[in-house]
Amino acid sequence: MQTTVTHRRSLLSLLFMGLMALMVLLPVAVAVADEGDDAPPAGIPVGSVGDEYNFQFTGNVRHNSEPLEGVRIYIDDNGYFAEVLTDERGRWKIGVPEKISYTISLDEFTLPDGVIVTEGGASRVEEFGLTGSKSVNFFLGEGVRVVVSFWDQLTSRLVNGLNFGLMLALASIGASLIYGTTGLANFAHSEFVTFGALIAFVVGVGFEVPIWLAIPIAVALTGALGYFQDIVLWKPLRRRGMGLAPLMIVSIGLAMVMRYIFQFAIGGDTLQLPGSGQEKITLIANIQLSIIDMVSMGVSIVVLIAVALWLMKSKLGKATRAVSDNASLAAASGIDVDRVVRVVWVVAASLAGLGGILWAYFRPGIRWDMGMQVLMLIFAAIILGGIGTAFGALVGSIIIGILVETSTLWIPSDLKYVGALGALIIVLLFKPQGLLGRKERVG
Amino acid sequence: MDIFGLLQNTLNWLIHPQTLAYALAALGLAVHFGYTGLLNMGVAGFMAIGAYGYAMSVLHLGLPWYLAMLVALVAAAIFALILGIPTLRLRADYLAIVTLAAAEVVRYLLTTTVFDEWTNSADGLAQYHDSFRGSNPLPEGTYGIWPWIYNEQGWWMRVFGILLVAGAAWWVWSLMRSPWGRVIKGIREDEDAVRALGKNVFGYKMQSLIFGGVLAALGGIVISLQSAVVPSFYQTNLTFMVWTALLLGGAATVFGPIVGSMLFWFVMSLLDYALPALANMGILPISNIQAGILRFIIVGVALMLLVIFRPQGLFGNKKELTFAK
Repeated sequence: MQTTVTHRRSLLSLLFMGLMALMVLLPVAVAVADEGDDAPPAGIPVGSVGDEYNFQFTGNVRHNSEPLEGVRIYIDDNGYFAEVLTDERGRWKIGVPEKISYTISLDEFTLPDGVIVTEGGASRVEEFGLTGSKSVNFFLGEGVRVVVSFWDQLTSRLVNGLNFGLMLALASIGASLIYGTTGLANFAHSEFVTFGALIAFVVGVGFEVPIWLAIPIAVALTGALGYFQDIVLWKPLRRRGMGLAPLMIVSIGLAMVMRYIFQFAIGGDTLQLPGSGQEKITLIANIQLSIIDMVSMGVSIVVLIAVALWLMKSKLGKATRAVSDNASLAAASGIDVDRVVRVVWVVAASLAGLGGILWAYFRPGIRWDMGMQVLMLIFAAIILGGIGTAFGALVGSIIIGILVETSTLWIPSDLKYVGALGALIIVLLFKPQGLLGRKERVG
Repeated sequence: MDIFGLLQNTLNWLIHPQTLAYALAALGLAVHFGYTGLLNMGVAGFMAIGAYGYAMSVLHLGLPWYLAMLVALVAAAIFALILGIPTLRLRADYLAIVTLAAAEVVRYLLTTTVFDEWTNSADGLAQYHDSFRGSNPLPEGTYGIWPWIYNEQGWWMRVFGILLVAGAAWWVWSLMRSPWGRVIKGIREDEDAVRALGKNVFGYKMQSLIFGGVLAALGGIVISLQSAVVPSFYQTNLTFMVWTALLLGGAATVFGPIVGSMLFWFVMSLLDYALPALANMGILPISNIQAGILRFIIVGVALMLLVIFRPQGLFGNKKELTFAK
C-alpha cells in the first residue's frame, strides 16, 4: 500500500512539473510569434465574407461618426471561422452557416492608436432575431488599450477552466458511480445534462417560476427521470443477467432516443435561461466573472463537498462504495444492492442535471445536442481519474476542464476538445487504470 | 398518397450507394464485433478516413482512382493500428470509449479551419470524380428496369459498390471458415482459453481490427463516389446507425450485415416518405421537420429493442452468442 501511494504521488508531481515546464516555455514561443502583429495580415477579404450562407451578421465600425477602414472582425465559434476587414465606409458583413448564437470579435489591434472598444467588450455573443440578418455594433471611444499579457490570459482561462471542470465533475461523478456499481458505461448519461437544462428552461421560462426555484425543481425532475429509467429499463435488464456490452448498446439506443426527442421538442434553436449572458465583472488582475459564474462555482463546490461527505460518512454512501468495490461481497454482507443502485441512479441523474443547468449558463445556451458535445469529455474525465471511482472523476474532470479552456491559448479553439480526447488516449497508453484507479480493475 | 412513387423511392434505396456503404461498414463491424467481440464505436472515423483518404489523394496527390483508394485503405489500417495499441489489451468497454473518441477527433480535425488548405474544413471536398468516372466501362445513356433506372455514372458507382460488397462478403466468409477465423471466434468466446493454447490474442485482435477497419473505409469510399465528402456526415450517429443495421441482420453472420443494411435503408426511406405525408394529411400532429426527426427516435428505439429481445438479429443463430461477456 505504502509503495503505491508514493508511486501515485510521484506520478502526480511529475505531471504537475511537466505542466509547469510547459507554462514557462510556451509564452516564449507565443511572444516571438506575436511580434509585428499590429498590421492586419494580408489575404483577409474586405467588406463581406461567407456570402454563400443565408444568415448574416452585419455592422458598421465608426468612431466619432468617422468610418474606420481595415478593422478586422472575426467569428471563431461553433466550429466555424471567418474574418473580414471593414471597407472604406466602415461596413462589414459575415455570413454564417447556422441560425444560432455566435461570438463575434473585433480585433482591437487593428483599430487606430488611442481608440478602443469602450462598452460591451471586443467579443460579443450575438443571436439572430426573426430574420436571417443581425446588425452588430461595437462601441468605440478614446482610451488606452489594455494589452492582456500572457499570464493574465492564462489565469483567466485557468479560472474559467476550473469553473467548467467543476460542472463537468457534477456530470462525471454520477457516470463513474453508475459504472462502479453496475459496470455500465452509460452513453445516455449526457442526456441527463441536456434534460436538466431543458427542464430548467421549461419551468423557469415556460411556467415563469423564479429561477432560484426552477433550478431545484429541474434537478429533482432529472433525479426522478434517473429513478424511472432504473425501474423501467436497467433493473429488469440486470435481473435478466444481461452482459455489459449489450447493456452499453442499449444505453446508446436510449441516448439516441432522448437526444432526438429533445430535438423534436425544441428544434435547432438555442434557448437561454433567464439571466444568462450577464455582464462580467473584473475581479483581481484580469479575472472576469459574472455574478452567475461565481454563484455557479460556489454551488458546484458546495454540492461536490456534500457528495463527498455523503460517500465518506453516511451509511448509504459507504454502502455505495462497498458495492462499487465488490457487489457480490457487499450483497453477502447484507447490503441491499438493488436499493444502492437505485439511489446511485437518482443521485447521478440529479447531479448531471445540475451540471447541465450550470453549463447552460456557462456556454451560454441550451441546445438539443449539448449533451452529445460533453459526453466524450465525461468519459475522458472518468477514465483519466480512474473509472469507477468518484474522487477520480472529480480530479479527472477538473484536469479536463482546465485542459480544454487553457489549450485554446496554443491551439485553435475549434480543436479544443481534441486536446482532451488526446489526453484520454495518452493516459490509457501509460496508466490505463487512471490517476486514482486500482490496477486490478483493468485487464 | 402516391403509392407508385413511394415504392419506386424505397426500392431505389436497396442498391443506393449509401446502402452499399452501410453494408461494407457493417461487414467490417461484423468482423470486429460479431466474430471477434471487439466493441468498435468508431465506425464513422474509419469511414471518414476512407472517404477523405480517397478524395484527398486524388485532389492533392493527383493519383488515379484505384491508387487513391489504396492510399485510403492503408490510412485506415494505420488508424486501426494506432487505436489498437493502447486499447486492445484493456477491457472491452475501454475500446468502445476510445474508438468513439478517436472518431470524434478525426471529425474535429477534418472540420477545423487549421487544415483548410487540404480539407476545405466544414464545406468538405468535391470535384475528385474525373478519374473514377473516366474509367467507366458502361455504355452511355439512361437505362435499367423499373424501379432502378440510372444513367451510366449512376450505374457505374452502384455496380462498383455491389462488386465490393460481394467481394467483401466472400472474403469475410472464407476467412471465417479458415483456421484464422476459428481463433478469432475463440477469442470472442473465451480469450483466456485461446491464450492458454499459445495464441497471440493481441496480434489476432489487431489483425481483426485492421481487417474490419479497412472494410469500413471501403464503405466510406463508396459513399464519397456520389458527390462530395463533408465532415458533418461522419458524426457518431453514423456509427450508431451502422450498428443498428448490423444488429438488425445479425452480427455473427456474413449476409446479416448486408441484408440488415438494405432493410435499414428500406425502412428509413419508407418512413422518410410516409411520416411527412401523414403529417401533411393531418394524421400525425407534427411538422415536416419533426417527421424527419421522428425517424431517428424510431432508430434508437429499434436499437434498444433489438439488443434486448433479439440480440442475434433476424438471421443470426442464437447458439452463436453475439454478445460475448
